[in-house]
Amino acid sequence: MTGRRDVRSPALGLAAPLLAIAFAALLASFVLIGAGDPVLGTFQLLLDYGQQPRSIALVLNAATTYYLSAVAVAIGFKMNLFNIGVDGQYRLAAMTAAYVGGTLSLPAGLHQAVIILTAVAVGAMWAGLAGLLKATRGVSEVISTIMLNAIATGLVAFFLRKVAVPVQGSNNIGTQPIPESGRVGGLPLVPDSSLEVFGLLPLAVLVGVAYWLLLGRTRFGFDLRATGRSQSAAVASGVDVKRMTVTTMLLSGAVAGLVGMPQLLGASYSYSLDFPAGLGFTGIAIALLGRNHPVGIAFGALLWAYLDVSSVILDIEGVSREIVTIMQGTIVLSVVVAYELVRRYRLRDEQRRVARELDQQRAADAEGVPA
Amino acid sequence: MRASVPAGPVPRPAVASSLSPSGGPVISAPLAVELTGVTKRFPGVVANRDVELRVRAGTVHAVVGENGAGKSTLMKILYGMQRPDEGTVRVDGREVRFGDPGDAIAAGVGMVHQHFMLADNLTVLENVVLGSEPRTGGVVLDLRTARRRITEISDAYGLGVEPDRLVGDLGVGQRQRVEILKVLYRGARILILDEPTAVLVPQEVDELFANLRELKSEGLTVIFISHKLDEVLTVADDVTVIRRGTTVATVDPATTTARELAELMVGAELPSPETRESTVTDEVVLEVRGLTVRDATGRALVDDVSLTIRRGEVLGLAGVEGNGQAELVEAVLGMRRTDAGTVHLGGQDVTGWSTRRRREGGIGYVPEDRHRHGLLLDAPLWENRVLGHQTEAPNVKGALIDRSAARRDTERIVREYDVRTPGIDVLASALSGGNQQKLIVGREMSADISVLVASHPTRGVDVGAQAAIWEHVRTARRQGLAVLLVSADLDELIGLSDRIAVVLRGRLVADVDPGTVTPEQLGSAMTGAGQGAA
Amino acid sequence: MSTRTTGAAPVDQQPRRRLRASRAWFGAAGLVVLLSLVRVVTGADDITSAGTVAAALGLAVPIGMAGLGALWAERAGVVNIGLEGMLILGTWAAGYAGWTYGPWYGVLAAVAFGALGGLVHAIATVTFGVDQIVSGVAVILLGSGTAQYLSAVAYADVSGGGATQSPPVGDLPSFTLPGVGPALGDLEAQGWFLLSDVAGILRGLVTGVSVLTLIAVAVVVLSWFVLWRTAFGLRLRACGERPQAAESLGVNVYTMKYAAVVVSGALAGLGGAFLAIVAASAYREGQTGGRGFIGIAAMIFGNWRPGGTAAGAALFGYADALQLRRGGESVHALLLLVGIALVVVGVLLIVRGSRRAGITGMLVAVAVLVWFAVTDLVPGELTGLTPYVATLLVLGLAAQRLRPPAAVGLPYRKGTSS
Repeated sequence: MTGRRDVRSPALGLAAPLLAIAFAALLASFVLIGAGDPVLGTFQLLLDYGQQPRSIALVLNAATTYYLSAVAVAIGFKMNLFNIGVDGQYRLAAMTAAYVGGTLSLPAGLHQAVIILTAVAVGAMWAGLAGLLKATRGVSEVISTIMLNAIATGLVAFFLRKVAVPVQGSNNIGTQPIPESGRVGGLPLVPDSSLEVFGLLPLAVLVGVAYWLLLGRTRFGFDLRATGRSQSAAVASGVDVKRMTVTTMLLSGAVAGLVGMPQLLGASYSYSLDFPAGLGFTGIAIALLGRNHPVGIAFGALLWAYLDVSSVILDIEGVSREIVTIMQGTIVLSVVVAYELVRRYRLRDEQRRVARELDQQRAADAEGVPA
Repeated sequence: MRASVPAGPVPRPAVASSLSPSGGPVISAPLAVELTGVTKRFPGVVANRDVELRVRAGTVHAVVGENGAGKSTLMKILYGMQRPDEGTVRVDGREVRFGDPGDAIAAGVGMVHQHFMLADNLTVLENVVLGSEPRTGGVVLDLRTARRRITEISDAYGLGVEPDRLVGDLGVGQRQRVEILKVLYRGARILILDEPTAVLVPQEVDELFANLRELKSEGLTVIFISHKLDEVLTVADDVTVIRRGTTVATVDPATTTARELAELMVGAELPSPETRESTVTDEVVLEVRGLTVRDATGRALVDDVSLTIRRGEVLGLAGVEGNGQAELVEAVLGMRRTDAGTVHLGGQDVTGWSTRRRREGGIGYVPEDRHRHGLLLDAPLWENRVLGHQTEAPNVKGALIDRSAARRDTERIVREYDVRTPGIDVLASALSGGNQQKLIVGREMSADISVLVASHPTRGVDVGAQAAIWEHVRTARRQGLAVLLVSADLDELIGLSDRIAVVLRGRLVADVDPGTVTPEQLGSAMTGAGQGAA
Repeated sequence: MSTRTTGAAPVDQQPRRRLRASRAWFGAAGLVVLLSLVRVVTGADDITSAGTVAAALGLAVPIGMAGLGALWAERAGVVNIGLEGMLILGTWAAGYAGWTYGPWYGVLAAVAFGALGGLVHAIATVTFGVDQIVSGVAVILLGSGTAQYLSAVAYADVSGGGATQSPPVGDLPSFTLPGVGPALGDLEAQGWFLLSDVAGILRGLVTGVSVLTLIAVAVVVLSWFVLWRTAFGLRLRACGERPQAAESLGVNVYTMKYAAVVVSGALAGLGGAFLAIVAASAYREGQTGGRGFIGIAAMIFGNWRPGGTAAGAALFGYADALQLRRGGESVHALLLLVGIALVVVGVLLIVRGSRRAGITGMLVAVAVLVWFAVTDLVPGELTGLTPYVATLLVLGLAAQRLRPPAAVGLPYRKGTSS
């Protein structure tokens, strides 16, 4: 009864992002032509460089971080909450966790756990503020998280100056490095690459699975999605929307707290001025690309990371690597347009099919009864 | 009855002629509006078929019909919001083809929408002149001229509209007069009023009718859409009845009774209160005591309401819309904070319970607005089966959703409740209103409930679904449920209820026996013309 | 004195407007008195110095233009958090055209590029019905990516420029009211209560004012006039309040929304031009520093009105300016002011019946005053947070008094009811 739809639906779902990527590549080609750069050569470079073993390891590392950020955003999206504040949440969380990790000395295992839990708690708290403001005072989470991002930036700078030590060999400052017992070693996942991938990559996978289970399979997830689809219907079905708002923001912030962990525990061991920033916005883009689906987000994160990593070669070859940023922006914009068009097409198509079905039933009924 | 078969029977012109004495439309009189053979189809539905409508200039012409009979579509066609698939529309004798409301306005046709088309945050003046602003230099708003013209029109027709007040500060009646003024401001000579009394309290209805007579005396034509027969008979010069998408008769109200009109509206199958075995027991299931709900300003929307419903009993709640029914229902379900009073379910005080707990405790809910409160339109049917019962079998196992069981049970509901759909993965928004409603009724009846709260359960559904849903309510009663039935449809109330309570301005003002009450008696209780509380 | 005209005087809405205007003047005057008081008490002379005021004015312009852009879009029912991206596009265009053809061309190019960003947002949200926040985020990504790429292409190999910076742009003219400067300066130097403060503020406002600042002020007034005094503006606002009503009266809602969002982008572009040409004399990557977002905050602060938005921008600009001029001391002095103001607001709220919000406000006030009492300086990193904290406070404490357009953020499709 439902077989026909099940074939077409994923095909339609895939068409949108593929078209968006093609459109972005086309637009990038025009830009390259305008700038007098070789089009095919540039894309060839991107393809070749991205497939080197070292690049693959880099892609996996970046994708791990992006994935966590995107899942944090997606949790909010599923309830129609826009957590624009993942950026501030993960930075504040990473800074605090780095400070805690660098100050304490604990046995391995416990040490990492304390660091990660600190990050989760701080991220959740920072996002929870926005959730509380929304639930109690009706403040739009879009505005409040944007404000909280800026406030987090100030706080991080302030506390960093209070607690920081100079980073050796540079004029950078950072928190006390986390001792060996608090670090997570790399995994030699990519053959032929001297670079290991983050030891916390499995954590990202775990988060993805948990996200899928929680949202798709549990009562809580059903309530959350129902609230996102129709708040009024959710209320009538017995969902406490205010509590849901706070809980969802807490969850989203908790995952956001994890965003900085692979980098912190696997590579930098200290939160310094040059700790990666802006990952929250990347997360929004990737969540949109992957339609908030755990697997879709994974593909989105890999694509994004691939473009980022392989763009490095362009500068070396004399093409401005920022062309990739334009491509990423275009992909996001065209993919959301494409999804919207597909959604409308699918709805119309479904209504037509329902109508057709009813006509057939009616005709069958009429035949059965003598006229 | 096979009314839905496309090549269905033509309306009975015999009725029309027999009920159209000299007072009826005379062909030679100047016609303000003339619709001939108008047909409009939507995917899967024929909304209007072979509609014939002749409106004499300078009269109030009522178009009556049941909910879903096609009145609104007809008026949208006349106002250029929909284009007819077949047939012609003439205004003042000239054939017109309106592409959008702008064309209709230009031809002198104006529409007062049932749901006011007003922006709360703008002033009356701004709302009125919007789209046809007087200007100086072609750009700048000429506020002085606008204010003068509004005051002139307001005075000429006794509308009493103040141009500089914020619309958000106005009451319902005042807003309606702003809507009327909006139409007059645009020079309309023909006014369409879509169910204008649905939202008004009786005094406001009287005021409105006085306004309409004023308009008529100035030579304007009013087309008045309603399903309230007493009102129609009071104010109209001609009445056209529409049934299942087509016009069936035009009659003279002076020589027609409400009973005759009602027969025309529903056809041969006017449901009479059926004499049937009472299943009412002594066991009180739902008891509401002294329930009061206030709005933000402290006004009581539900005022000290007490009622009890027993096992096997259907309590009908009658009343003009907006008299607190919606708030009462939401308070019973725990969706709205109450200011005083208690709710007992099966002898247990549930006043402090959340909506979730009350529903788990055995309250089923068929909401008034199924799109807002009953369904997730963007979700497949099987997820909608889970909605509202996301903690109950067969939908869940522990903290997890049991997808396969939920899907199986959705298949069962689709089958048993005759939900017409190609499958359970279809989005809820793809279904017709009647089938959506059957799904909701099926879902609620499938739960382990002792109380069913049904708000306007057959609003906006086709006749087939209506009959099915009525049958389901009777079944619920037989199975020993306590049913609270809120409806504006008197036939539905009389046909299904064991007892009818009438609500007026948030208070229960009468308690009547559906076996003996007449629609006229009910109507007067609902409008406050009756003898007060029973 | 009541804020609502009653039935007795329905003929004219002048009283209400005059009331609002007079209240604004009254508030401004009160603020100056308070500032003066705080200065005398704390000795933080910079809080009303001409230099601070001049700097504040300059910093307020880009915020105000972004805020006005947000106002135009939201009044038509479209949330535009893409303003940051449009601002960035504006800075790049101003840098490029300003360097190549001269500063005035830089302004024009910035406006055009900002408008282009607005057009992209309009296409996505109005024509394709994409969620407005989502599209805004995409426009930010696209805007910053485009600017980065274009600056790498255009400036990397030219002298005075670099991959993230344009060569210097020529100056636009600026004006000083002749004759009054020195006299006001003398008065300011006396350190008298109120008189010296007024002199300082006036001197800051009439000395070395860029022509672009004057244009910005004119744009604020013009925006008010267009939105509240023309037929076009009425239609545009109606689309933000109740698009279905506008549609039913023959207004083309799509056209209005397009116009509003494109103007919104153009205004952000103008703000970008100010940053690149007047504030920095060159395009620099990241020079917008989130001012698109602060602009939105200023608009909320100003309750979706042009005058209020300008006031919000001025306040935020002032906070930025203090930070630059012996920030720690000045902002510390302002804690006293904020504390007093919050006490007043708290009392007002309690008197008006919002007890919980009032008490919250009082608690914050006490915290601020304690902070003032036990410290001597406010760390520089924290002074920059003033606009954000202020916005959160306003939203949290006075949300009921705010009046956002009723249909803002909602998707609109032609022919759908409600």
